[in-house]
Amino acid sequence: MSLTMLLQNIVNGFSLGSLYALIAIGYTMVYGILRLINFAHGEVFMLAPYFLFYSSMIFVLPWWLSAIIAIVLTALTGMLSERIAYKPLRDAPRISALISAIGVSFFLQNLAIVLFSGIPKSVHRPAFFSKLFQFGEIRIQSTLFASIGISIIVLSLLIYIVYKTKTGLAMRAISKDIETSRLMGVDVNKAISITFVIGSALAAVGGILWSLRFPQIFPTMGTIPGLKAFIAAVVGGIGSIPGAMLGGMLLGMSEILFVTFFPAISGYRDSFVFIILILILFLKPDGILGTKTQEKV
Amino acid sequence: MKKNLFCLVIALVLLMGSVSLAQDVVKFGIAEPMTGDMAVGGELCWMGYELALDENPTVLGKKIELVLVDNKSDKVEAANAVSRLIEKDGVVSVFVSYGSGMAIPGGEVANKAGIPLISGTATNPLVTQGKEWVFRACFLDPFQGEVMARYTFEGLGIKKAALLTDITQDYSVGLSNFYKKTFEELGGTIVSDVKYNTGDQDFSAQLSQIIASGAEALFFPGYFGDVAIIAMQGRELGFTGQYLGGDTLHNPVLIDLAKDAAEGLICSTFFVEDEAFLKLNPEAEKFVQKFMDKYNELPNAVSVLCYDSYNLLVDAIERAGSFEPEAIRQALVATDNFQGAGGPITFDENRDAIKPAVLVKCVNGEWKYEASVNP
Repeated sequence: MSLTMLLQNIVNGFSLGSLYALIAIGYTMVYGILRLINFAHGEVFMLAPYFLFYSSMIFVLPWWLSAIIAIVLTALTGMLSERIAYKPLRDAPRISALISAIGVSFFLQNLAIVLFSGIPKSVHRPAFFSKLFQFGEIRIQSTLFASIGISIIVLSLLIYIVYKTKTGLAMRAISKDIETSRLMGVDVNKAISITFVIGSALAAVGGILWSLRFPQIFPTMGTIPGLKAFIAAVVGGIGSIPGAMLGGMLLGMSEILFVTFFPAISGYRDSFVFIILILILFLKPDGILGTKTQEKV
Repeated sequence: MKKNLFCLVIALVLLMGSVSLAQDVVKFGIAEPMTGDMAVGGELCWMGYELALDENPTVLGKKIELVLVDNKSDKVEAANAVSRLIEKDGVVSVFVSYGSGMAIPGGEVANKAGIPLISGTATNPLVTQGKEWVFRACFLDPFQGEVMARYTFEGLGIKKAALLTDITQDYSVGLSNFYKKTFEELGGTIVSDVKYNTGDQDFSAQLSQIIASGAEALFFPGYFGDVAIIAMQGRELGFTGQYLGGDTLHNPVLIDLAKDAAEGLICSTFFVEDEAFLKLNPEAEKFVQKFMDKYNELPNAVSVLCYDSYNLLVDAIERAGSFEPEAIRQALVATDNFQGAGGPITFDENRDAIKPAVLVKCVNGEWKYEASVNP
């Protein structure tokens, strides 16, 4: 194996990993605050590029404006799904909300098939995002820089919101104890809505970047990335934002490097990756950066 | 009293009408996916049958009636649909074209019942294997793999090729295996043989491997959506070789999805709505004209093959001179160089059509005729 190929594949791994990481952050944030695994995250992720596609196709809006509209619409969808499907179950056992989330996931996916049809659609890429940077033999897609850049921005915003604002304080309080927060006069519903708005907006950003890297959208496009991001979040330690990023990178990199070193059995890529992840969880059940949480009785 | 008499007359007229109808009508059964995942394909099939019916509405002096049953894109439903057609509707023959998955169980039922079944587009070898009542109007997966390998080596003069196979699809695995076998027999080398799963979106690692192997051509038989992404990523990563695929790629959506990356891609198919091809095939040219007149859109390979299946059956019934299933079956077996819109058809010992493959190439965002390869 040549050095160029190895380096190229490391770049490929970063490129894929950074996308997983971005999606995983949204997953982990909702979990960290509500202890709810939002299985509809992958479907919310899928809706964003469709919103972008239609707002730029039908209303002929400039790309950046369509992107903002898509993020806003996706965030609203996320909030709405919380109001309809999770809020009535807030006092029910945790498993009920989980099942409800799976229901939302199926609902959104089938709705998308009905509304947008199952035939894949091609995505228009603005000039910057279809650009390639070439260093010698190694080629880097501009989406890699974009996803790293955007992850940093998103992360700083997130840290600011969670640690420096009142809403953030409310969120942190809820994550510790929802009942006590309510007794202390925290507007729990508002804080949870905002959590979903942020989580869905993160999914939207991830979805849009994903569609720029792989410029094709279809109703089931969110399933696999959603699953991978969930796994990334678990491996990194669910609830931990740096953990989600690390988990995403690790997942993307090991997928690519597996194919690099074992091209003959490249069809087993996912199985191999999942075996590694199971091993990691054997050694560290709370994930790499996860903290042991004591369940209160 | 007058009223009663009137009713009686009406009843008699109706009765006679239905008796005479029953004598003058012969039913052809159709079980296609009109709903479900493959509904688009079912619709394309129906367009082919309908056009053929308009053109040839009678056989041996009887009016042909098409009985359509939806198989819902489901294997079990496909078997039920065929039994219903045979037992309840009393059809003389059945068509199950779209999707090998439905043609296999449908064929089993027809084979047991002893009613001829023709599949226009199912390419899996199992469709006709061991079923003496089942025929097909298209070529098979192994043949496509062979044709593409021969064309790569002899037509394009390429000696080093790479394979990228979708291991979750029998179709893709089958084509790749036969491509590899033929290409190596001819003296070529498969320099890289890598795999993926349906729905994967990142192929960068596989493609980097293919580029590093020095392949001059990449054969990727798979679902057109996946292939569009592969083609784009390949060009981004710097692959400059020839792209090659099977009939699933011959589709306007592929070009729309892959854009510039589809340019130059060659794949095997059954039919192409390109002048260069139509000039060589007068039957195809007539078909295109009729199709455009009726539906006001360009025809596709699926409709062509279903149209041919219908005409094959009418031709066989005429030669048999009877509606007896066994007579029809023997006439079908004896089909010799039937001139279909999708090329001449003769059946081999497995009742599969022996016909040339049509190779098409994407030029300036359109599918153009490249070559015909005989078996």
